[in-house]
Parts: sequence; structure tokens; C-alpha cells
Amino acid sequence: MATPTRQLSSFYLDNQIFGVDAHTVQEVIRYQEMTHVPLTADCISGLINLRGQIVTAIDLRKRLGMGPRPTDKRPMNVVIRTDEGAVSFLVDQIGEVIDVSADSFESPPETLRGASRDLVDGAYKLDKQLLLVLNTKEAIQVPVAI
Amino acid sequence: MGTDDSELLAEFVVESQEHLGDVETQLLTLESQGDAMDVALVNTVFRAVHSIKGAAGFLGLETLQGVAHRAEEILNKLRNRELSPTSLVINTLLKATDCLKDLLSSIENSNNQDTSALLHELELILSGDTPAAVPASDDSKGSKSDNGLSNEALREFLVESYDNIDQLERDLLALESDPTSESLVNGVFRSIHTIKGTAGFLGFGKLERITHVAENMLGDVRAGSLTMCPEIGSGLFSAIDAVKELLQAIENTGTEGDCDCESLAGALATLHQILMPFDVPSVEKRPKAKPENSPTAKKTPAAKTASKSSPPAKKARPAKAVKTTSSKVSLLASSNTTTALDANFDNAVLEVSSTFVEEPAVSQIAQATPAISTAMLETSSQNATLAPSSAPRSANAKTAEVSAADSSIRVDVALLDKLMTCVGELVLARNQILQFSSCSVESELHRTSQRLNLITSELQESVMKTRMQPIGNVWSKFPRLVRDLATICEKQVRIEMEGKETELDKTIIEAIKDPLTHLVRNTVDHGIERPEVRVANGKDAEGCLTLRAYHEGGRVNIEICDDGAGINIERVKNKALERGLMTQEQVARLSDRDAGNLIFLPGFSTAEKVSNVSGRGVGMDVVKTNIEKIGGTVDLQSQPGSGTVIRIKIPLTLAIIPALIVTCDENRYAIPQVNLLELVRLDGEQMRTGIEWIQSAPVYRLRGQLLPLVYLRDQLKIENKANSDALNIVVLRADDRQFGLVVDRINDSEEIVVKPLSKQLKNVPVYSGTTIMGDGRVALILDVLGLAHASSVISAGADRRVNESSDKSINIAEDRQTLLVVGVGANHRFAVPISQVTRLEKLEASKLEYAESQEVIQYRGEILPLLRMIDVLGCAPAHESDSDMLEVLVYIEQGRSVGIIVDKIIDIVQARLDKEAKSHTVGIVTSTVLQNHVTDVVDLPAILRQFDPDGSRFRLVN
Repeated sequence: MATPTRQLSSFYLDNQIFGVDAHTVQEVIRYQEMTHVPLTADCISGLINLRGQIVTAIDLRKRLGMGPRPTDKRPMNVVIRTDEGAVSFLVDQIGEVIDVSADSFESPPETLRGASRDLVDGAYKLDKQLLLVLNTKEAIQVPVAI
Repeated sequence: MGTDDSELLAEFVVESQEHLGDVETQLLTLESQGDAMDVALVNTVFRAVHSIKGAAGFLGLETLQGVAHRAEEILNKLRNRELSPTSLVINTLLKATDCLKDLLSSIENSNNQDTSALLHELELILSGDTPAAVPASDDSKGSKSDNGLSNEALREFLVESYDNIDQLERDLLALESDPTSESLVNGVFRSIHTIKGTAGFLGFGKLERITHVAENMLGDVRAGSLTMCPEIGSGLFSAIDAVKELLQAIENTGTEGDCDCESLAGALATLHQILMPFDVPSVEKRPKAKPENSPTAKKTPAAKTASKSSPPAKKARPAKAVKTTSSKVSLLASSNTTTALDANFDNAVLEVSSTFVEEPAVSQIAQATPAISTAMLETSSQNATLAPSSAPRSANAKTAEVSAADSSIRVDVALLDKLMTCVGELVLARNQILQFSSCSVESELHRTSQRLNLITSELQESVMKTRMQPIGNVWSKFPRLVRDLATICEKQVRIEMEGKETELDKTIIEAIKDPLTHLVRNTVDHGIERPEVRVANGKDAEGCLTLRAYHEGGRVNIEICDDGAGINIERVKNKALERGLMTQEQVARLSDRDAGNLIFLPGFSTAEKVSNVSGRGVGMDVVKTNIEKIGGTVDLQSQPGSGTVIRIKIPLTLAIIPALIVTCDENRYAIPQVNLLELVRLDGEQMRTGIEWIQSAPVYRLRGQLLPLVYLRDQLKIENKANSDALNIVVLRADDRQFGLVVDRINDSEEIVVKPLSKQLKNVPVYSGTTIMGDGRVALILDVLGLAHASSVISAGADRRVNESSDKSINIAEDRQTLLVVGVGANHRFAVPISQVTRLEKLEASKLEYAESQEVIQYRGEILPLLRMIDVLGCAPAHESDSDMLEVLVYIEQGRSVGIIVDKIIDIVQARLDKEAKSHTVGIVTSTVLQNHVTDVVDLPAILRQFDPDGSRFRLVN
């Protein structure tokens, strides 16, 4: 019996490879000018005009509590379709679409703490590294700013 | 064929297709009219088919001509009443029109088409060999439904029937209040009849059955033998409900479902029976008679002989027959028939019921065979007079409807929404182009973009209009609602509507539907008292609920008024205390108006018992939230004992709004124009002196009134910029309060397309939406109300109406008065409210005269008595003034007047008067400090009363 496979769109954050289900990705675009939104959580970078559609950009580094992106690097937008409209994730770099098989999956260890705890569904063991599966549903639930 | 020919041909096709389009509906109308068909309408159809035939012959289109010819012949027979428009006849004619359409669409090879089958069918009808000669509607119905209905026909039927039902409800309600209105009865009858007709045609037996019973009842009402009464109304309403249910079932499943209509039909028939004391059997008979009736009774030999033989056989029968039909015109005196009935009631009943099967046939036969009995003749003549009067009227109404339908089409709302989005994008693109062209020197581009600008605006306006709907669409549900509620609550409520045609965007209509329903429901349940209470209070037993809508300043006002008991302020206050929504202290400070608005607090209810009318989920707080969500406001004013007015103000549309664009920290923000009052710019010296501080709160004096200032930078937690050359204040209104929003720069006002906030931003109260600017960047729309709350201009939630500072601000507005400051004596100042001074005059001192030791002066042809303020106030006189002119304040009050001589007019100032510091001197209201001088504020009326208590001294003398 063939093990079920899953297609993940991968991207990098601070040299760590992450993945989201490929079918949820609407498009990938390069960095866009965006409108800053005051009074919102730090991880909300702003609003992008995506051909008339207004999309909120969430900086995944900040969302995951990672260090800031080097200033000389411009992030990329991964636009995800969600039940509440499109949302853009700002990532460092785009990777390939990867087919993974279910038997290489493992849940995150109990020792994983912090923001990643809720945001990472688990990991697929690739040959050289671990691919972390982002829980997009959680990732777009941005905490209310102070 | 030459070019001319092909042009002719094209013209012919277009014209014929238009003709056929109308013909279809007209045929259906004819069918629904049945034997009472409108001959004029047949003629219209005839003419249309005839001209197709003629032109087809001319153009050598033989096949077309052949079909049109046969159809025309059938129509001719219809016209001459040699055929009746049964379903089969109409069906065949419709088939013929379909065929004609097919032929027209492929006109080039129309002559090669085979139409023999259709021609044969048409021939059959013409020759009368088919069951069509017999009105076998039942059979054709069956076959029709077996054929399966095209979805489109079904949809059309549903849409039409829903429309009819709406009309029906309205008419029926109107009829209840005006039971004698013939046109209303006819309207109701027509609507029911149309549904019945089409239902029968489409093979919906239950629908037909229920409408048939209702129609019967209405038939008698129309004839005058039944008087409209609440029972009939209720019966008919339940029938309408059943029809709605059936339509719903048809819409969902394509079939009528297993809804039990038989019991309702039976109940209605019984009701009909009870209400028709004279006509007991006819009631019982009619519903039953119908099914077996139509196929058999009309012209079968048996029926003929029976009715022919009946007159000589028994006297009672024709007499009864006369009665039943004549009752329709209510002309023939019932004396002879009733005596006959009275004399032998039981007997007559039995006889009549046995002969009743023939009754519908009677008139027909009477028409066909003139010489029967005198009684019969009378019947037919009654019928003859009746027929032309009612038939054309309904026919006219029908054609009017058709032509109205021609000038409008139904469009899917989704399509309109799409269109709206597109126009929104176009508006953005337009803005972008405009911005671009303004930077360019190219004059051609300028012109084109100006044109684009105009066209876009026009397009935008038109598209907006397509989404506009009269508020009457929502209101139309209310008469029924109120009627039902009133019955449940045992109240009498009349509903009145003003401004039904006021138009609103569809989305807003949707959004206010529920809140309005709730308010209306509440009004009937709580607002209007029971009839006995009303009468005891000297009011009409019937309460009146008025719905009013009108445009005002780019917004729509909707008022829900009642003449009920009003709100019991004490009870509301107590409830608020009881539920812990407010403290004792807060409640004590409430004004009556604010207390009335407490009912909008979440968790508030004064209902001692939860009735099944109110408390069905949406509370008043939800009403308020929902209305505020669409940018509206709700206000309640109640006059204990005489009623309540709830006023809702809502914007016309939500999709595209005019807005002011401002900049703050290089980001642009849009402020909806509806909240905008004015713009103030302070620069140079003003910038430093204009802003004053009350402790930590900055204020600006706007025409003498203090305007609290809110810095947008503070609100958005953006660092303050060091120095700017000017201060821009946007004066805004939120919930009846004003405040000034300080922004970095005021850009422009622009039409913006409102887009909703994404979920991540929804919980930030100062934004209400987003939009895309001309340059493609995203801008946030500021929520003025949210901003006001966030900056505590108005405080949130329950505290909102009792906030101390807000109370004060009202008082400030109320207590502020314009005062005239005058100088008297050496160093005495006093102030008079300017409202009390009628005129200021300079009069020559030499003109002073005396009348009965009273100083007077001739003034405008009158003798004006004079008082010296020095005497009044008893202050030290000034050094003799060398001026020979007197400064006089003229005060006139109800036929008496007095001139008050003062020494100097100093100024006019605005000041707030402290009512607490009451003065003990008569005529002096209070003392206050104005312009650094202690000033007495005097009350002229009081002074007048003091010096002239009985009103004789200062009487105005002409």
C-alpha cells in the first residue's frame, strides 16, 4: 500500500525550512510596498494592494518570535487562501514544492515551547533537514495589540 | 435575394420576434382568464400573428406563413367565442409560437423545415375533433406536467407568484380596513386567480386547490353576498401562507411536497359555509363541484336537458338559481327568494344541492339558448351586465402590468454586485489616471482623463441606482406583522407609512430589515396599550404606528412612531438599577431622554413576563449595534402617555462614500465625510496661542465654544513630530458630540471604495475599513465613533450617556447666553441677555417729556415710558455726561413696553451663567465676571414687573 503523500510549498525563515499545503497557496509575489497599520500587533507588517484585493501581510519571523530579518534582505510574500480571505506571509526566501509521505511525519516534541508550539503542526523528516509544517489557521490568528 | 431583401428580412425577423415575445404572455393571460377572457387581448394576439403571416407571405416564407395562418385561424375562433381558451388550445398556440420562433431564428432555410406535425395539431383544434372542443383542462394539465416543465418557466412562475403574493397581502390588509372597496376585492381576486390559473396550467394540484377555495370565497365577497370580516381575512391569510409554503416547496424540490392542504381547504370551505347563511349548499358544493364540474357539466347533453327541464318541473329551483347568480350583482331583491327559502328551507336546500351541479352551466346555456324561462333570462341578463364590467377591468390591469414588465428586466443581484465591484475598481483607476494626468503637461491626456472622470462618475451613479431599493420593500412585510401581532396581543393597531419610496442601497436595506422588524414588534408589544386602557386614557381604541422615512443631508432618517403609553422612565431607571447596569448615582443624574435610551443597553428588559412576541433573540442592544455597524445612529424620544419616537439615521450607501483624506506620519487615512463638520487651520502665531489646556486636555475655541482636541498621532501611538508650520484640525461629529482631530496634513476629499477590514484588524476600534487610493496604495478608513471612544471624547458602553463631562458639555451649550454688556453710573456694569432686548436706540435727550410724572419719549409714533437704570440699580451716578444723546434699550412684552436708559453700550459677549449663584436683589439674576469686571446680569421682565406690577404704568399707548 502506497503511503499517502502531501504536497507542501516550502519557504525559509532564518535558514529553517517551513512548509504549507501547496493547494492553499494562492500565489507568491516579491516584496510590495505596504501600508503600515498602527495599533496592531507587531507581526502585522501592513496592507498590500493585490490587484484590488486588500491583503494583510503577516511577518512570520515576528509571528514565530524569531529574530529580525537582516535589513539588506527583502522578504517575499506567500499569499495564502483562508476562510477569511487572503493573507500574505512574509518569508525570507521561497523554496520548492516538495512531496512528502505521511510516514516521515512526526509531531513536535513536548520540549518545543513558545509561539512555535501552537504554530507548528509537526515535522517531515527530509534527507538533510526537518521541514516544519506551519499551522496556517493558527498563524493568522494574530493576538490583539496592547 | 438582394441586399434590400436581406435587410427587409432582418427587419422582419426582429419585428416578429418582438411580436412573439408579447404574444406568449398574452396567451398565458388569456388562459388564466378562462371563459372570461378579454376579447381585446385576443385581438392583440390575433393582429400580431396576422402581421407575421402577412409579412411572411410577402417575403415568400411559406412554412412560416402556413403555421401563422393556422394559428391565426384558431385565434379567430377564440375571438368569435367558437373556442374557449383551454389549456390545450393555448398550449397548441404556444407550440405554434415556439415553432414560429424557431423558424425565425433560422430564417434562411425556414422553408425546408418540417412543420407538418404541428400543422396537424393545429388542424385538429380547428376542426374541433380533439378533446380541445370539450374544455378538458384536467387532462391537458396532466399531460403538461408529465411533459416536464422547463426550469425557466417554473422560475418565472415562482417569481411571478411571489410578486403576486406580496401584492395580495398588501391588498388584503387594505381590504380589511376598507372592506367595501371594489377595486381592492378585485385586486385580491385577480392575484389569487392568476396564481390559480398558472398553478393549474403547470399541474400543481394542491396549489390550485387551495387558491381555488380562496378564490371562491373572494368571489362571493366580490359579488357582495359575503361581507369582508376578520374571519375571512384570517382565513385568506392562512391560505396565503399555505400558498407560500407550497411555492417554497416547489422552489426547493420542484414538486409541491407532502404539505397537507386538504384540511386547510376544508376548513376554509367550512368557514365560507358558516358565513353564508343563505347559501349553505352552494358553499359546500363549489369546491367539490369544480373538479367533476369542468369536464362534464358545461355542455354535456345531460346537463343541458337537466337545466332545461328544471324550470317547468319545479318553481323553487329556478327561483333558487336566480338567487345564487343574482347575488353576485346583489341587485335582485332577495325578498322572493328568501321567502321561498324561509317557507321551505330544508326542502329548498336539498333541492338546490341536488341541482347545483348545473348551476355554473346555467348562465352559459342561458346565453346560448335564449328561450328558456323568464327566470333564466333574468339570470343571464344579470350575468351579461356583470361580465363586461369586471372582465375588461381586470384585463386592463393585466395589460398595464405587462407593459410595466416590458420596461424593466430582472437582474441577478450577484451580477449587480459584480458590476458594483467593477465600478469600484474603475473609480480607483480613474483616480489614478487623474492623479497621473495632473502631473502631465499633455493636454490631450488632460481632456481624455476629464472625460473619463465624467463618464465614470455617471456610471457610478447609475450603478448605485440599480442597487437602490425603496424602503417600502422592507415595510411591505410590516402590515401583516402588525396585524398578526396585534391579534396575539389583543390590541388594535393601525399602521401608517410615509415616504415608502425613499430609496436605500440594497445592502443597507438588508441590514436594517431585522432591526426594523424588531422595533416594530416591540412597539406593538410594549408601546401601544390595550384598547380598554387607551379608551380609559381618552385615546382612540386603535393605536397608530407610523413609519416615516426621508432623506436628510445625505442620510436617510427612519422614524418609528407610536401614540402609545411612552416609556415609563421610572421603571426603566429601576430596572437599570436592579440589573446592576448603573449605579444609583448615575441614574439620578440621567435626563429623561437619556433614561429612555437606556433600553438600548445590553441585558436590558423591562418585560415582566417574556411574551412570545418580544424576547425572540434580538434585543434592543442588538438593534443598536446592528444599526451602528452600518454607520447609523438610533435615538429614542418618549413622551409618557402620548407615545414614543425612535429615530434611525443611516447612510445611503456603504459601497462608495465621499471621504476626506488626511495624512499622519506619511500614511494616509480616510475620514467619512458624513462625520465631517469643518476644517480649521492654525498657522504662525495662532498655532501657539490657539490651543489652550484644561489640565492635560487640549482645547480650541471654535466660535467661542471649547472644542476638545484629539491628536491622531497620539491615538495611533505614533511619535510626535518636532515642528510643523501649521496645525490642521478636522472638526468631527460623533454621536452628537464634536471634537477636533489634529492631523499632519489635510489632502483632499475623494470618493473612496470601502473594503472591509481583514479579520486581523477587526478588533482595532479606530478603523472602520480600508480603501485603495489613487496611487494604488492602501489607506485605512478611520472610524470616527471608535476614535471618539478611544480618546474618551465619548466614553464607552453603559457610561456613555451618563458621563459627567458629557453632561456638562450639554449644559454648557444650554447655559451659554449672548449678553449685552452696558455701563451704568461711574463704574457699574450690568449685562442683559440679548434675547430680552428688542431694540437698541440712540434718542435725543431734549425730546424727553413727562406724562403723569413719568419720563416718556415719543418713539415710533408711540409714547414710550422710560426708566433710568441708575434708579433701578441704585448706584452712584456718573459724572454728568455731556452727550445729549441717550442710550436706550427698548423692551417690549405683551402690549407693554419700556425704554431703559443706560450710560454706555460696552460689548456683546457670550458667557455661561452659573445658576447656583443666585442674587437676592430683585431683577438681578446673578453676578458674574465678564471681561475682568464684575457684572450683574439683570432680568428685564422682572424689573418691569417690579416697577409696574399691574401693567398699567407702561401700557403701550398708540
